[in-house]
Amino acid sequence: MLEVQLSGSLRDAAGGAASIHINAATIRELFRKIVEQHPRMQASLDEGVAVSINGEIYRDDWAQMIPEGAEIFLLPRIPGG
Amino acid sequence: MTPDPKYTKQKFKLVGTRPLRPDGLDKVTGRARYGADISAPGQLVGAILRSPHAHAKIIKIDTSKAEKLKGVKAIITSADLPDLTNGDRGMLDILENCMARGRALYDGHAVAAVAAIDAATAKKALQLIKVQYKKLPHVTDVDEAMADDAPLVQPHVRTRGGDSDKPSNIVSISTFGHGDVEAGFAKADVIIEKSFKTEQTHQGYIEPHACLASVGPDGQGELWVTTQGHFVFRNTCAALLGMEIAKLKVTSSEIGGGFGGKTHVWIEPVALALSRKANRPVKLVMSREDVFRASGPTSSTSVDVKIGAKKNGKITAAKATLRYHDGAFPGIWGMLGAMTSFACYNLENVQSIGYDVLVNRPKVAAYRAPSAPMAAFGIESVVDMLAAEIGMDAVDFRIKNAAKKGTRASYGPTYGPIGIGPTLEAVKNHPHMRAKLGKNQGRGMACGFWFNFGGQTCTDLNIGVDGTVNLAVGTVDVGGARASLSLIAAEELGIPYEQVKCNVADTTSLGHNDMTEGSRGTFSSGMATIFAARNAVEELKVRAARTWEIDVKHVEWADGQATAKGVMHSNLSPLTLTDLAKASPNTGGPIAGHSESVADGAGVSFASHICDIEVDPETGATKVLRYTVVQDAGMAIHPDYVEGQFQGAAAQGIGWALNEEYVYGADGRLQNPGFLDYRIPVCSDLPFIDTEILEIPNPNHPYGIRGVGETSIVPPLAAIGNAVSNAIGVRMDHVPMSPPRILKAIKEAAAAEQEVSAG
Amino acid sequence: MAGVHVSTTINGDAVEFVCPGNETLLDVLRDRIGLTGSKEGCGTGDCGACSVTVDGQLVCSCLVLGAEVEGRKVETVEGLADGDKLHPLQSKFIEHAALQCGVCTPGFLIAAKALLDYNPKPSEEEIRYALAGNLCRCTGYDKIVRAVDAAAKEMSRVAKRK
Repeated sequence: MLEVQLSGSLRDAAGGAASIHINAATIRELFRKIVEQHPRMQASLDEGVAVSINGEIYRDDWAQMIPEGAEIFLLPRIPGG
Repeated sequence: MTPDPKYTKQKFKLVGTRPLRPDGLDKVTGRARYGADISAPGQLVGAILRSPHAHAKIIKIDTSKAEKLKGVKAIITSADLPDLTNGDRGMLDILENCMARGRALYDGHAVAAVAAIDAATAKKALQLIKVQYKKLPHVTDVDEAMADDAPLVQPHVRTRGGDSDKPSNIVSISTFGHGDVEAGFAKADVIIEKSFKTEQTHQGYIEPHACLASVGPDGQGELWVTTQGHFVFRNTCAALLGMEIAKLKVTSSEIGGGFGGKTHVWIEPVALALSRKANRPVKLVMSREDVFRASGPTSSTSVDVKIGAKKNGKITAAKATLRYHDGAFPGIWGMLGAMTSFACYNLENVQSIGYDVLVNRPKVAAYRAPSAPMAAFGIESVVDMLAAEIGMDAVDFRIKNAAKKGTRASYGPTYGPIGIGPTLEAVKNHPHMRAKLGKNQGRGMACGFWFNFGGQTCTDLNIGVDGTVNLAVGTVDVGGARASLSLIAAEELGIPYEQVKCNVADTTSLGHNDMTEGSRGTFSSGMATIFAARNAVEELKVRAARTWEIDVKHVEWADGQATAKGVMHSNLSPLTLTDLAKASPNTGGPIAGHSESVADGAGVSFASHICDIEVDPETGATKVLRYTVVQDAGMAIHPDYVEGQFQGAAAQGIGWALNEEYVYGADGRLQNPGFLDYRIPVCSDLPFIDTEILEIPNPNHPYGIRGVGETSIVPPLAAIGNAVSNAIGVRMDHVPMSPPRILKAIKEAAAAEQEVSAG
Repeated sequence: MAGVHVSTTINGDAVEFVCPGNETLLDVLRDRIGLTGSKEGCGTGDCGACSVTVDGQLVCSCLVLGAEVEGRKVETVEGLADGDKLHPLQSKFIEHAALQCGVCTPGFLIAAKALLDYNPKPSEEEIRYALAGNLCRCTGYDKIVRAVDAAAKEMSRVAKRK
């Protein structure tokens, strides 16, 4: 079971919760189950999120594996310049 | 076989050397082709009519007189750009920004466009278009825009993360942090609280936006354009114009600077729409004035910072409230500022609240480490003030509180191995710190943080029959990356650098590539190049095995050649890459390697800067005496170009800190849309910029590369703020610290002192 | 508007063209003659990307009219190299990585050559002030100044040998 920390505006879509609990082995599975639990989060995912796994930020690779007990943070998708 | 991106320490033969770049000759002889440098037979010249009002309803656009002008072949308004976005508000905002839809939202907002046989005719045609405006109240200041009675820029916006459901200019309120800041402040021995402002700046690339669009009635088209991402431009333009992606071929010209400003479309959909209507190629180039008025500058900001620490220098609580404007369309710039705010520090109690606010100014775009420099100005200034109050050295104070592996970042996740500590130690020991300072001279330092990104990358490596290699990449080369990528390919294949030729391919020749932003160019395409080359090496081994008629498991590749392992094959001489290339027609055809990958998990980047400034107390003029950049690059593939990124970013930060700003009049119009009055640093403003490249390998890249392009624009505002403050003995809180502002600060401080001594 | 007929010399070649009286030399070079090496960065003489020399004098070609070069000698970046032999400034710019995006480079090369033509041994300060009319946004000018200094030294060495 992973504790998925939510930042800022993503908390609104999860009913104000700072974190939610999900079981997932990949980012893709994580997203699918998040939306199952909190349908309102679909809009946030559509807008773009990044996933931090143990401090490393993933913006695109949904096949990325999530190690057991990893620290997971959902952040807004950040652009560069 | 999924390639493994993990770092493997290895000795390099070529990577880390400084060969000449492959596009150098074209660029010093004038042969290189930028956005405005090509023309097509029968082409028309495009021109855009722009609103002279900051905020207005467009009642009517009468193009009849312009249409009758001889030589005018097409005129378009928003009526020619129907909404095909299917409810995608973000895409509709892009479309509306490219061409106004019933309302002008800023001075310079495009309202109509023409294509004519030459520039003079196009200009005349614009003058003949009659637009009936109804002026509306406008707001251009970020704090004023937050007032309850401020004119509304986008009536449909409701504040995300806010309480009410009423229309507002506040797009969102984003909070980051952890712990309990109030409890933390209660524990502090010293608390410093201050507010700061930074004015709007522009990326200032020397080459204006330019493109040549050619669309036919069969729905096929071509676009030559200066851009940081031709694949993304293709997808966006195709979507907005209702074209199919594969049928719109976009070729990236050489790019004359971008820094984030060329990651968005501004004139390209307009050029394509004009070309489609006229059924002729249309060349559209932005004037410098239009670039300032109507492309994508940064936010101006208003930031409150409060930090508390114990007498021993340990920070107990840190809080920042940051108000950033997004221009006339919703964005995430305030949120980003809040995210990066305290990222350099190891904090138990931290909170940053970012406001995104709409104003009647052009749509804000990314500018090199977007939103980070402004937040760093306030925070690094307060850190200095705190250190001074406690009586601790500015660098030591930061070292004591610096984030490290295992620190919980202020934006949430826990850091892996990071470079902030090493850059601070390097600054502490740098000879710059021992240079003598004279009268009216002050020294300042600051540190900065930025993210690095990966993203979709597709690379093609093809070996010619003479053994020379074509490397086709899809990330636009903004500063010399072709040299680095050629080094990587040559290193992997084991051949000389000169045997590799790297090109940026068009959108029909490769799969999707994300833009060159987020410091990802060399990181991502470098990774894809490594995988494509390793792919090719596997094929080369197969060809050698076929040639020798042995099992491929007995073939090894090293130093550019295949050798057969084992005693039984000791009679077989090695086959070089060139040998195998020459024989390729008969061993299976052309030899190539490909990679479609998503480089990700790029990590974060830190830099620390030192600068010495001299202030003339009579005029407020400043002179930059010395400047030093220390930054972690992970692994410097081509050190010249890594240094170049450090120096260029620092120079932009210096201009931002000392002179650059958008000046808006009471009428909401931009007063200084030109390089004379928007004053960027010139050669005589700057000293040599000293650089120190640290190499702490990135564990998620085979060579350990970290992105380097952006981070060094983050520290300069504060490093210079601290230096000026130390030089004049007065804390500066408003960027740019131009001569009038410095003089004002000196005078106000002198007056305050007089009052104190008189009273 | 009736065109003006102009006969001039560009990079040593005799060139003739017809242009409107109010057309700039920059537009003539780029759009009529096809020499796109000189760039328009601002159109108002503030950035130097359009630098050329007219009768040896450094000018912003966006501030000169095409008609004004009648009977004069124009030099652009395309004429810097001597056949296949690069000018020392060109070589040093590449060697010293004095360009990143390269769009300001033609203007800098022309301005630097104009400097070295009248001051073959410039100090760092003299180089910086002579090039203050050319904007670069990528490099921070560090490697540009080093390249010009290196070219000056090389040209001095070659001149001494002659």
